[in-house]
Amino acid sequence: MRTAVLRKEPSTIPAAVDTIVGVRGISKNYGNVEALRGIDLDFPRGKLTSLLGPSGCGKTTLLKIIAGLIEADAGTVTIDGKVVRAPGPERAFVFQDFALMPWATALRNVAFGLELRGRARTEREEIARHYLSEVGLAGFEDKYPHELSGGMRQRVGLARALSVDADVLLLDEPFSAVDEQNRRKFQEDLIRLRATQNKTFIFVTHSIEEAVYISDRIVLLSPRPGRVSQIIEPDIDRSGDPERIHRDKHYLDTVDEIWQGLRQYVE
Amino acid sequence: MAIGIRTGEEGSAGLASAPARSEAGGWRDRPILLRIISIVLFAMVWEIAGRIPVSFAFPTFLDTLAAFFGLIADGSLPMAYLSTLQPLLLGVVLSAFLGVGLGTICGLWRPGEWLVIPIFIVLQAAPVAAFIPMVTFVYGIGMTAKTLAVMILALPVIVLNTYKAVRNVNESLLVMCRSFLGTRWQVVEKIILPDASPVIFAGLRLGVAAGFVGVVLAELLITPTGIGDLITFHRSRADYAEMYATIASIIALSTLTLVALQWVEVRVFRPEKRGA
Repeated sequence: MRTAVLRKEPSTIPAAVDTIVGVRGISKNYGNVEALRGIDLDFPRGKLTSLLGPSGCGKTTLLKIIAGLIEADAGTVTIDGKVVRAPGPERAFVFQDFALMPWATALRNVAFGLELRGRARTEREEIARHYLSEVGLAGFEDKYPHELSGGMRQRVGLARALSVDADVLLLDEPFSAVDEQNRRKFQEDLIRLRATQNKTFIFVTHSIEEAVYISDRIVLLSPRPGRVSQIIEPDIDRSGDPERIHRDKHYLDTVDEIWQGLRQYVE
Repeated sequence: MAIGIRTGEEGSAGLASAPARSEAGGWRDRPILLRIISIVLFAMVWEIAGRIPVSFAFPTFLDTLAAFFGLIADGSLPMAYLSTLQPLLLGVVLSAFLGVGLGTICGLWRPGEWLVIPIFIVLQAAPVAAFIPMVTFVYGIGMTAKTLAVMILALPVIVLNTYKAVRNVNESLLVMCRSFLGTRWQVVEKIILPDASPVIFAGLRLGVAAGFVGVVLAELLITPTGIGDLITFHRSRADYAEMYATIASIIALSTLTLVALQWVEVRVFRPEKRGA
């Protein structure tokens, strides 16, 4: 069984962690399939938390409930203590399938959130330009999505979420439709963005390596019904060369431990 | 997993290289040349068929062309178009706005779908030309009857295409718009209509073509005026070159209208398809 020692939060419990997103007793059924049962979670401000688990564990459902895109059957989601039931300006979503408008340029796609909020054209385009260059797409403002590669399209999706200046970024398997090389580069960029942007990231993935590589905190979900099985805080120094993390002993150990824990749900 | 990623990569690489290839080959200018060659070939075949002759009632291309200029010179063709274009334009514009509006409402609102869509499914299946004598019976032989004839033919396909397009709009873009706080109206205006526009425009093209059928039918069956009258008149006098010139002119006009509509679509609604 799970013999490996899991490095849970060390016994020195930090006094009153600053929670930005709170999830209380969330349950969700699809017909008679129980997708989520009684989820209680706190997401600390300014951290990157991953929701990790095998397919069918309800991780995307939970993320969409937090986003206000799916209604929960029971339970509440709070942002800064206030209960939310619909999408709001303090959250921004990055979609697995990018969800870019094919008829709009990269610039208009990035500015779309601000366009919906009625910001003036010059103002929102200036902001969009800034975030396009922030994700490494300066010079691609006038390209249409079909002229961009998968990785670049998701960068546009990320820039769109950044440009509305939400406190919480919700990322739904953002790299699953991106090729491996781009995915690596993207993960490095995300570590850099997390350090500079001062935002809270909630990240859904099914890749253990990805979760350990980028997360401050990993929430392991078990399937059928989806429940929180473990919370892990990988103790990895991400300050130096991102390439070095892949050879870090803590990194490799944590990946292995999580795999031992998840193994029972596969097959 | 890894295999899935690879194919995705190859797919996007294939997409990206396609426009590059077309630019490199200089194919952009050639289609116009090919189209002109195609028209010239058609004219030549027509000319030869007319000279054999295929039928005593089949004029040559050059005779028809001469008759065309003759009809313009004596003012009969412009006069006929003046009378035909009014109900045609009115009917097509009304059908376009009414059709896109109704189709959009039906696509968004279930009760509208149940009330309206079955009528148009029946109308589209019915041999609508059979209604035209009935329209004459009710509305006489004036402009109203002709406009109605255009609309009866044009409206069903526009409504049904718009309805289908709105109903099958890209779900993930709807969710995206909602998550970035789009209002219901913004979702319709900024996501649904642009996303549906290719199919809506396909319906508009079919509808406009059907409108041309409607107006000519009305003029052949109801009111001996305009282009329909000109065709009947020259047939009865065995002026076959004039008759063909009239028919060819309305076909050409219909084609040009459809091309113009496509141009508007690409220009205004789907700029990413420009040059594709």
